[in-house]
Amino acid sequence: MPSLKEFRNRIASVKSTQKITKAMQMVAAAKLKRAQGAAESARPYADRMARVIANLAAAVKGDDAPALLRGAGKDHVHLVVVMTSERGLCGGFNTQIVRAAREKIVELLAAGKQVKILCVGKKGRDQLRRLYADRIIRYIDLSGFKSVSPDASQLVGDAVMELYESGAFDVATLYFSRFKSVMSQTPTALQLIPARAPEGVTPPDLKGATYEYEPNEADILEALLPRYLNGQILQALLENQAGFYGAQMSAMDSATRNAGDLIRKLTLRYNRQRQANITKELIEIISGAEAL
Amino acid sequence: MADKLNFALVSPERELFHGEVDHVVVPGSEGEFGVLPNHAPVMSVVKPGALRIFDGGGERRIFVNGGFADVTPDGLTVLAEDAIDLADVSAADLEMQLKNASEDLRDANTDAKRDAAQRALTRLEAMRAAMAR
Repeated sequence: MPSLKEFRNRIASVKSTQKITKAMQMVAAAKLKRAQGAAESARPYADRMARVIANLAAAVKGDDAPALLRGAGKDHVHLVVVMTSERGLCGGFNTQIVRAAREKIVELLAAGKQVKILCVGKKGRDQLRRLYADRIIRYIDLSGFKSVSPDASQLVGDAVMELYESGAFDVATLYFSRFKSVMSQTPTALQLIPARAPEGVTPPDLKGATYEYEPNEADILEALLPRYLNGQILQALLENQAGFYGAQMSAMDSATRNAGDLIRKLTLRYNRQRQANITKELIEIISGAEAL
Repeated sequence: MADKLNFALVSPERELFHGEVDHVVVPGSEGEFGVLPNHAPVMSVVKPGALRIFDGGGERRIFVNGGFADVTPDGLTVLAEDAIDLADVSAADLEMQLKNASEDLRDANTDAKRDAAQRALTRLEAMRAAMAR
C-alpha cells in the first residue's frame, strides 16, 4: 500500500494535468469557432469552382484538353497527398485520415500500381514513415504558418504542380478530413489530377447552346486549372484545421473528465488509508494501556 | 421584366453576394459585358475592375481583382480572386494605402518583398481606377 504522502503527490499531479487539459480544451474551443467560420465561408467558392470545372470538363473533350483536365492518359503512378495536422493531442483525428489513405495505398499496391506519398503536416508523416518510409517523396511543413492562408495552399499546390509537370505521377488523390460538426470529421478522398467533378455535381443543361469563351478556351483553362487546384487544397486545409480543433476539443474534454474521475478515486483511497492508519494507532495505544 | 438573374459572387475567403438581380456588368478581359437573364453561356476571364450590380433601380459597385465569370442557363457565377465592396472603401483611405504601398515598394530590399509590394500597389491602383469611374 502506498504511503499517504505518495497519494497526496499523485492527486496533486493529476490535478495539474487536469488544469492543463481544461485550458487546452478552452483554447481549442475558441480557435474552433474561427476555423469553423473560415471553413464554412470558403465552401461556396470551392463548390462553385467545382461546378465551373464540371461544366468545362463536359464541354471540352478529346486531345485538345489541357493535361490537368485530361490526365496523363494512364494511371500507373499514383500520388497520395496525406494532409494532417502539425500537432497532436487531438484523439483519433490524424489516425483516421492516415487509415483512409493507407487503405487506398494497400489497394493500389495490390492492383500493381506504383504509389508515391506527399505528406502535408507532421503527424501524418510520423505515422506513415513506419510503414512506407521509402515511398514518401516529399514532406511539406506548414508549422511556420500561424493560420491557414492562401500562401500555405500555394506551397502545396506548387509542389503538386511541379511533380506533375516533371512526370512524377499520373493520378493525384488528396486525403483530408471534412468538417461536419465538432464531434464528427469524416476522412475524405478527393482526386486532384486529373481534375474531376465531385460526385453529385452535374453540368447544367445548356439547352443546345454552345459555350463561348473569352479570350479563348485554352487561355481560360490554363489560368483556371491551377486556381482550381489551389482552391481545393485551401479548402481542404481549412476543413482540416476546423476538424483538428473540433477533435482536440472533444479529446481534451474527455481527458478533463477522466482526470476528474481519477481524482475522485484517488481521494477515496487516500481517505481510507488515512482512517486505517488512525485506527491502527488507536489499537496500538489501547492495547498498550491494557497491558499495563 | 419578370425574369431575374441568379447571381453569385464568391472569393476564396467568402461569399460576397448571392441572390436574384436585374442586371450585372462584368469587367471582362476583352471589355466590359452586361449579363441579363437568359444570357447565352459564356466563360470569361475577369480583369481587375468594378463589377456593377443593378437591381430594382439601385446600383452596387464591387471591386474584383481578377477572376472568372461563368454564365450558364442557371445564372451568373463570378469567381473573384479577391473582392471588396466599393461602398466600404473611402477615397482618403485608398490614397493613404496607395502612399504606403509605394513606400513599401521603394523600401523593399528583396525580390520577394518587391513582388508583394508591386502586387499590392497594382491592386490599389486598379481599385482607384474603378472608384474614379
